[in-house]
Amino acid sequence: MTITLGHYLALGAMLFALSVIGIFLNRKNIIVLLMAIELMLLAVNMNFVAFSHYLNDMHGQVFVFFILTVAAAESAIGLAILVLLFRNRSTIAVDELNTLKG
Amino acid sequence: MDVKTGFFYLFSLALLFAAFRVITARNPVHAVLFLMLAFSQASALWLMLQAEFLAIVLVLVYLGAVMVLFLFVVMMINLNMDGLRRDFWRHFPLAAVIGVVIALKMAYVLLGGFRVTTAVAPVPGAEAVSNTQALGYLLYTQYLYPLEIAAVILVVAMIAAIALTLRRRKDTKAIDPSQQIRVRARDRMTIVQVAATRPAPAAPAESAPVETKA
Repeated sequence: MTITLGHYLALGAMLFALSVIGIFLNRKNIIVLLMAIELMLLAVNMNFVAFSHYLNDMHGQVFVFFILTVAAAESAIGLAILVLLFRNRSTIAVDELNTLKG
Repeated sequence: MDVKTGFFYLFSLALLFAAFRVITARNPVHAVLFLMLAFSQASALWLMLQAEFLAIVLVLVYLGAVMVLFLFVVMMINLNMDGLRRDFWRHFPLAAVIGVVIALKMAYVLLGGFRVTTAVAPVPGAEAVSNTQALGYLLYTQYLYPLEIAAVILVVAMIAAIALTLRRRKDTKAIDPSQQIRVRARDRMTIVQVAATRPAPAAPAESAPVETKA
C-alpha cells in the first residue's frame, strides 16, 4: 500500500477540521485563536505541497513560500496588537472587547 | 507496507495528536509547545514530499522565529485562565459535528478522487535540478514582482509591530543628548534688572488699629 495524493489531502482536511473545532472551543482566548489560524494555514500549505509533488509542478511550492511570508507578518502584527491590548485592558478575553460595539 | 508508508502514518498521527492538544491544552505555554511539535511533524512530511527547501524554511522561520515569538508573548502577559476556560465545552457538540462533517466529506471526496500514486514524470529534456534551485529559478524570474511585494509586506509588518508596541516610560530619567548639546547659556539664565532700592509702599491707615487690637 503506497501513499497517494489522497492521503495527504485527507490529512490536510483533518487538520483543518481540528482547527475549526479549536476556534469553536477557544472562542474566548484570543491567543489560542491565533494558534488555530496558524494550524489552518499549515493544513492549506500541506495540500499545496502535496499537489506540487504529485503533479510535478513547482508553482505550488512558490505559493506556499508566499503564504509563509504573509503568515509570519500576520502573526507578528497580531501578537503586537495582543500585547497592546493586554497592556491597556489587562485581559485577552474576546467577549470583553466590546468597546466598538457602541 | 513499506517504510515510507509507516513514516507517513507516524508523522500524521503525531501531527494530529499535537493539533488536538493545541486546541485543548489548559496551559497556553503547553499549547505553543504542542504547536511547535505539529510544525516539526509537518516539516518531516514535507521532506517526504521532496519539498526540502520549504521543510527547512518551516523549521527555521516557524519553529525558530514565529513560535518563539508566541512563547515570548504567552510568557510575558500574565494570563488568568479561569475566566477564559469558563464553559469551554459548551459549544463542543456543535463544533464536533461541524468538524466531523468537514473532515468526512473532504476525506471522502479527496481519497476517492485523487488516487495519484506516483509523481508525474518530469518533462523529458528538462535538466534535473534540486528543489531549492528550481524554486529559486521560479522566484527570481517569473515571480520577481510578487517576491518584492512579499519583502515590502515583511518590512511593513516589522515597522507596524515596532510602532504598535513602542512606548516611552513615564518615569524614565534618560536625557536627550541632542537637546543637551543645543542648549545655549541664555536659555539657562536670564538677567533681570531689579532696582536696588525702592520706596516702601504707603501703609493703609485703617489697618493699623486692627493690628494693635490683635
